[in-house]
Amino acid sequence: MIRFRLFKDKTARLSMLGITILSLGFLLLIGIGLFYMSLPILREKETWKLLTSSNWKPFKGEFGFLPYIISTLHVTFIAIVIALPFSLLTSIYLTEYASEKIRNFFAPIIDLLSGIPPVIYGVWGTLTIVPFISEDIAPHFVEFSSGYSVLAGGIVLSVMITPLLISIFSEVFGSIPKEMREASLSLGATKWQTVKQIVLRKSLPGIVAAIALAVSRAFGETIAVLMVCGNIPIIPSSIFDACYPLPALIANNYGEMLSIPSYESALMMAAFLLFIIIVIFNASSRLILNRIERRYHV
Amino acid sequence: MKLLEEKIFKALMLISAFVIIAVIGYILFTIVSKGIGSLTWDMISKGPGGGFYLGKEGGVLNAIVGSFYLVIGAVVIALFLSIPVTMYINFYLTKTSFFAKTVRFSFDILFGIPSIVYGAFGFAVMIYFGLKASLFGGIVVVGMLITPIIMRSLDEVARFIPRDLIEAPLSLGATKYEMIKILLRQLMPGITTAVLLAIGRGIGDAATVLFTAGYTDNIPTSLSHPTATLPLAIFFQLGSPIEEVQNRAYASALILTIIILILSLSARYFSRKLSKNKV
Repeated sequence: MIRFRLFKDKTARLSMLGITILSLGFLLLIGIGLFYMSLPILREKETWKLLTSSNWKPFKGEFGFLPYIISTLHVTFIAIVIALPFSLLTSIYLTEYASEKIRNFFAPIIDLLSGIPPVIYGVWGTLTIVPFISEDIAPHFVEFSSGYSVLAGGIVLSVMITPLLISIFSEVFGSIPKEMREASLSLGATKWQTVKQIVLRKSLPGIVAAIALAVSRAFGETIAVLMVCGNIPIIPSSIFDACYPLPALIANNYGEMLSIPSYESALMMAAFLLFIIIVIFNASSRLILNRIERRYHV
Repeated sequence: MKLLEEKIFKALMLISAFVIIAVIGYILFTIVSKGIGSLTWDMISKGPGGGFYLGKEGGVLNAIVGSFYLVIGAVVIALFLSIPVTMYINFYLTKTSFFAKTVRFSFDILFGIPSIVYGAFGFAVMIYFGLKASLFGGIVVVGMLITPIIMRSLDEVARFIPRDLIEAPLSLGATKYEMIKILLRQLMPGITTAVLLAIGRGIGDAATVLFTAGYTDNIPTSLSHPTATLPLAIFFQLGSPIEEVQNRAYASALILTIIILILSLSARYFSRKLSKNKV
């Protein structure tokens, strides 16, 4: 009997270890797999040229990723610029000023905001943001805009990354010891001065890490952005122009390109680019956040 | 002077908090007011009939059922992977173990990988093995997407299990495996919350299933059949030039939103129950 129990224990431990190692390998597998599948195009063309050319003509065998990369950067930049002040101020309010009651009221709202599927954000964007831009904002600046634009993508994305930013900011602010705040308050500083001089300054690495996470989230967002940003492979010249981010490129074309040589490989390279950038951003911000967590919770 | 600054910033904070509430209200209002008009009983009780995509009769039952099949399969896979991993790194390894840290770290990164990368990678692997878009493919890829989600929230709960609870069964002579079976019961509310969150994420994700699960008007009867999913139903119907079909996209969006609302609220309910159980 005891032998059987020990045997069961040993089997369980080994299979758990096996599954753990397996899932560790999964990340590597994706990276290596994507790289392997983008090899044909990397062999055929110079990597630097692929990244800096804006000629995208799959039928002629020309694959320049520049319009897609620029579009992704534009959309992400706008999203961060809009989302950052709102989420920073709201998380300061929630962690430093708000009562327990208000915090409890906000928690499910933030949850819901992060739980709403991308496609719903896309529907909302096409119904409200896109016509708003084409009818009310763009006419003041340019002659014509369909509304499906860099700006629309940026606005929709900014709403989508806000809950992520708020939850990480709140965690970071919460990790600053109470004693530090009290020391500042007892010296006669106002609450806001304490926030500004102590909390924000101490949280700076965490804030940077949170932004990096939000950026990588924005890079990879597909369906919502695809629905509102127009999908024309040109380098946008203003925020009212249509654009075509990398994930949208993959989503729109993968699955239908099997007859054109190197097309599949080019799309795999797009996925590989996304993967690499996101892994780097994620890894560095997680390292910072882990260090913060460790510093105050020993 | 410094009090003025205080006041200004406090006002700004209140404004931004209010804006966030207003935005979520606006999103829900838009979806409900646009969708409610076309939300009929037929929409949720029937699959697409003849001429559905021209605005004739039918509903999106195929997509609703397809989405649930898909996400249930995915949750099974994800639980099968994430429970052993969480148990291993929390109860077999020490708190400072480098291996445990590496596992956590890599799951954090997997968590951040966008669904389109999972979708594209999954489909490439499926092509390599000569598989067609199917319910099975969708289940596996969505499973990959939600495994890190479940694992991370399980880990969050398992990390704070009181030491006494771990030591009591061991001191009575239980093996570690038997101890874990007991602890799993304690972790149940946590697992439920994690699963509900993961279902919400899996059911709403379009980029993973775009290539891997395909699309069909029928409810799948086998793992090798393609399957419709709600997000894609919304996406495709919205792309139609016919107004009635577009209206149905809004109704489908409302259905998906209601499902998400229910999941989000029940996840909250269970996590509250969890904090009550804390020793």
